[in-house]
Amino acid sequence: MNIEEYRGIWVFLEHKDGAIVPVSLELLGAGRRLADKRGVPLSGILIGDGVKGLAAEAIAYGAETVYVYDDPIFHHYRTESYMRAVIACVEKYKPEIFLYGATSTGKDLASAVATDLATGLTADTTMLDVDAETGLLEASRPAFGGNIMATILCKKDRPQMATVRPKVVKALERDPERTGEVIEEPVELREEDIRTKVLDIVRHTVKKVRLDEADIIVAGGKGLGGRVGFEMIGEFAKRIGASVGGSRDAVEAGWIEHSRQVGQTGVTVTPKIYFAIGISGAIQHLVGMQNSGLIIAINKDSNAAIFQACHYGIVGDAFEIVPMLTEAFDQALREEVKHG
Amino acid sequence: MLHIVACIKQVPDTKIIKMNPKTNTMDRSSAPAILNPYDAHAVEEAVRLKARYGGKVSVVTMGPPPAVKAIRKCIEIGADEGYLITDRAFAGADTLATSYSLTKAIEKIGTMEPIDLIICGKMTIDGDTGQVGPGIARRLDIPPLTSVNKVVEMDREAGQAIVHRKLEDGYEVIQTTLPCLLSVEKEINEIPYSTLPNMMRAARYQPVIWSVEDLGIVDRTKLGLKGSPTIVAKVWPPDKPKGGEMLQGSSEEQVNRLFSILMNKKELFHKSGATEEGGVQ
Amino acid sequence: MAEKFDVIVVGAGPAGTACAYTLAKQGVSVLLLERGEYPGSKNVMGGVLYRKMMEDVIPGFYKEAPVERPIVEQRFMMLDKESATTFSYKGMEWGKEPYNNFTVLRAKFDQWFADKAVEQGALLINETVALECIVKDGKVVGVRTDRPEGDIYADVVVLADGVNSLLAKSLGFHKEFKPDEVALAVMEVLKLDKKVIEDRFNLEGDQGCTIEIFGDSTKGILGTAWLYTNKDSLNIGVGTMLSGLIKHKLKPYELLEYVKTHPMIRPYIQGTEQQEYLAHLIPEGGYRSMPKIVGDGVLVVGDAAQMVNAIHREGSNMAMTSGVIAAETIIEAQSTGDFSEKSLDVYRQRLMDSFVGEDLKKYKDATHHFEKYPHYFEQYIPMINRAASQMFTVDGTSKREKQRKIWQGIGTVGDKIKIARDLFQAWRVMK
Repeated sequence: MNIEEYRGIWVFLEHKDGAIVPVSLELLGAGRRLADKRGVPLSGILIGDGVKGLAAEAIAYGAETVYVYDDPIFHHYRTESYMRAVIACVEKYKPEIFLYGATSTGKDLASAVATDLATGLTADTTMLDVDAETGLLEASRPAFGGNIMATILCKKDRPQMATVRPKVVKALERDPERTGEVIEEPVELREEDIRTKVLDIVRHTVKKVRLDEADIIVAGGKGLGGRVGFEMIGEFAKRIGASVGGSRDAVEAGWIEHSRQVGQTGVTVTPKIYFAIGISGAIQHLVGMQNSGLIIAINKDSNAAIFQACHYGIVGDAFEIVPMLTEAFDQALREEVKHG
Repeated sequence: MLHIVACIKQVPDTKIIKMNPKTNTMDRSSAPAILNPYDAHAVEEAVRLKARYGGKVSVVTMGPPPAVKAIRKCIEIGADEGYLITDRAFAGADTLATSYSLTKAIEKIGTMEPIDLIICGKMTIDGDTGQVGPGIARRLDIPPLTSVNKVVEMDREAGQAIVHRKLEDGYEVIQTTLPCLLSVEKEINEIPYSTLPNMMRAARYQPVIWSVEDLGIVDRTKLGLKGSPTIVAKVWPPDKPKGGEMLQGSSEEQVNRLFSILMNKKELFHKSGATEEGGVQ
Repeated sequence: MAEKFDVIVVGAGPAGTACAYTLAKQGVSVLLLERGEYPGSKNVMGGVLYRKMMEDVIPGFYKEAPVERPIVEQRFMMLDKESATTFSYKGMEWGKEPYNNFTVLRAKFDQWFADKAVEQGALLINETVALECIVKDGKVVGVRTDRPEGDIYADVVVLADGVNSLLAKSLGFHKEFKPDEVALAVMEVLKLDKKVIEDRFNLEGDQGCTIEIFGDSTKGILGTAWLYTNKDSLNIGVGTMLSGLIKHKLKPYELLEYVKTHPMIRPYIQGTEQQEYLAHLIPEGGYRSMPKIVGDGVLVVGDAAQMVNAIHREGSNMAMTSGVIAAETIIEAQSTGDFSEKSLDVYRQRLMDSFVGEDLKKYKDATHHFEKYPHYFEQYIPMINRAASQMFTVDGTSKREKQRKIWQGIGTVGDKIKIARDLFQAWRVMK
């Protein structure tokens, strides 16, 4: 492998329901920064069925070139089909750095591609940088369950690949005036060669709240002691129109379901307001919410780490404070109704 | 009769492990070594498939000699055989080198008895990557299916299986050929209390132990540190943000102060809590 | 068909493991059941392991066992609020083979000990609770555990399940222990640099020291506190009669805090870092509280049989010895195949003839006596301290004058007679 031959920053453009997913747009933003530092072009790779039109979006968000693989065989994401397109593209155009969103699809795809290309892949990256001279991608991520941060390098193999967590880098401003090239690539795959078939896709019918889209989150931890505690903060959340989340301890104790887990092995959230109630503030949890706009912590233990990570903290009994806060909101609501 | 191979790993319990503040490394003695929780669910799923369709469950792990304990844990869950590949040559392996080494072991197990299914946990709690499973699948050229949270059915004769793959907002139903590799979510099953006979079998069990020599033809440049494209260049404790303002006074005063701070963002609060579901279901 | 062993031992503490080891060594098939995650995880001990009894099980064990320090000095402190009178013996003979006592950390030591039993052929199963004995025609034939398919059978079941033995209770061998038959002990392991320990306790190399503390440390309740040296940590703990705690409305950790901040103790634990906090019950009833320890197909060993000599803080050695004697009894019974109570009663006889029985009998009234008459602690220790202070304070008074004052200080003639009688009583219960 001649490293010199590999040039350019690529982003895998994941799409859903006719739009490019936010993390891919974010990666174009990060990719732009890396590309400028290295003085190389930024490209996107778009694979799907009837997705050509999305290439323009990618360009509006910073891609200079978009390689398109458009074919009914790519209608649903499948490892075996997408992987072949990606590998063909990489072998043809040789990027030096290739970024994917750390989504279920992105991680699945990148793992398979990295093995076939025998190259390095860093998972769940939260910080990206590149050395302008050596071209080494510095992909940093929490490791050991979030207890440490590690920077991973891929020195001798190309492309250097990384899956990147949503919401850790920012997309550029959308600029429809931006121009770029759309290159449609030939697809030589046959359906018979793909060994899996998507029989059905079942979306949750009750539109489950997307914690990562909520403006306000009220999260509870071990300090709440049980389901009763969660009912209490649930009441509060209802009053203020917030979504409820939980720490890993609370999820593992069965007080709240896994889809609401905030943290390293759960969801990363960036709400405008985040209430951490009865949560100690272990690193694994902080990693999932520390970029929230306003963080309020309530905990009985004055030494809890959460107080180092919040904007405002109350050392007190949640079972006392939260109902009082709920009542304050109730009262305000009553005032408004009275005078409204 | 299915032959299922489960890939497992012994990991430090990262929930309670402590950092050595002086060296910025993990103090492994501060946390016990456990069977990776996701892998435990993978083994349990394999055991359930065995109960359903008949067959055998073998587990394989790459690790230092104490990893034998993790294999015994799998026997407690109901696995039949365990294989430990251990060798200094494996040290320093990243996910690419690990998937290579495990693949070699799996190939050897396969020569003794053909394998219908490979199953592993979605990820480890110390590596947190989830990359080894798909890596093994690619090397064996079988379909990888990640984030599986249900196995609907397995048909060995027809060489097919149907599973559910978890998506961000639901799941997809996928049909795949066999053999294939499944990496599973914890929610796929609950692990029951092991039976006493399984506990006794596990306590007596001696796993098969292989070194690199036992694995047949191996490209040593693909093992361990040598075979790892990625290296950890730097390690540091996560940034601790500065402390927040602690609200003082009696509970009343604290709540009042907090309330007025929140009222600065009044526009965010819906009057009647009318989001799709404000609150816990 | 549930499996059958020759012997099932319930509890992998010192008694159970000593029994399992001795049996396995002789080729007896033995199942050792432990409810904790690993042997030692549920055990608490002040920390002193007695070499002799351990060697009776495994000769030369200290060459490879994870012991902390061989004890070369034993100190006894009699504490008042701001003073202490201390006696100690230090002997170099205890610092070399064959040694006398060692400090150990239970979690480490018990695991090693159990591994040894496994090496001999015992089958160790952890994380499994024995719920009750399986009884058929009045004979114990096995054990029911909390796991599915959890019944297991044996010729003899050895109950080594500790002070709260569910199994002994379920067989009706004893009722619930009363508060005056049991002590509650709480303990902390405090991290301290090896060199500092050696400096502070005046030790060389890996030597160790134990300090037993009486008097104000337990605020007048019958009990003792202790401070032991491990390799790079200290064990500090306090144990008192449960009845005393109830009577004085004290919480055990409050007592421990009091001890840790006591002016006579504080300097010893300066600069330590809390590593672990443990608590446990200790049988204190002694001889008078010993339950039935032999039945058809069943033997009771260790704390489950209340074998603790509180006065000399000996428990684990009695436990081990009882485990060994039980094993030997079973091995002999195997030749006749008679595991009835009558046949197994040899265990009880041998146990009572050994130092275990002898010591328990000797002190059978001691605990109760000192509990009934708290003034030994509340009055006499302060009195001794005051006397010592007066005697050794050089303030210009003549020595004769001092002696007269001290003698007067003891009180009236009636008080002195009372003291004499108390000393006599104490001698009687201790002899």
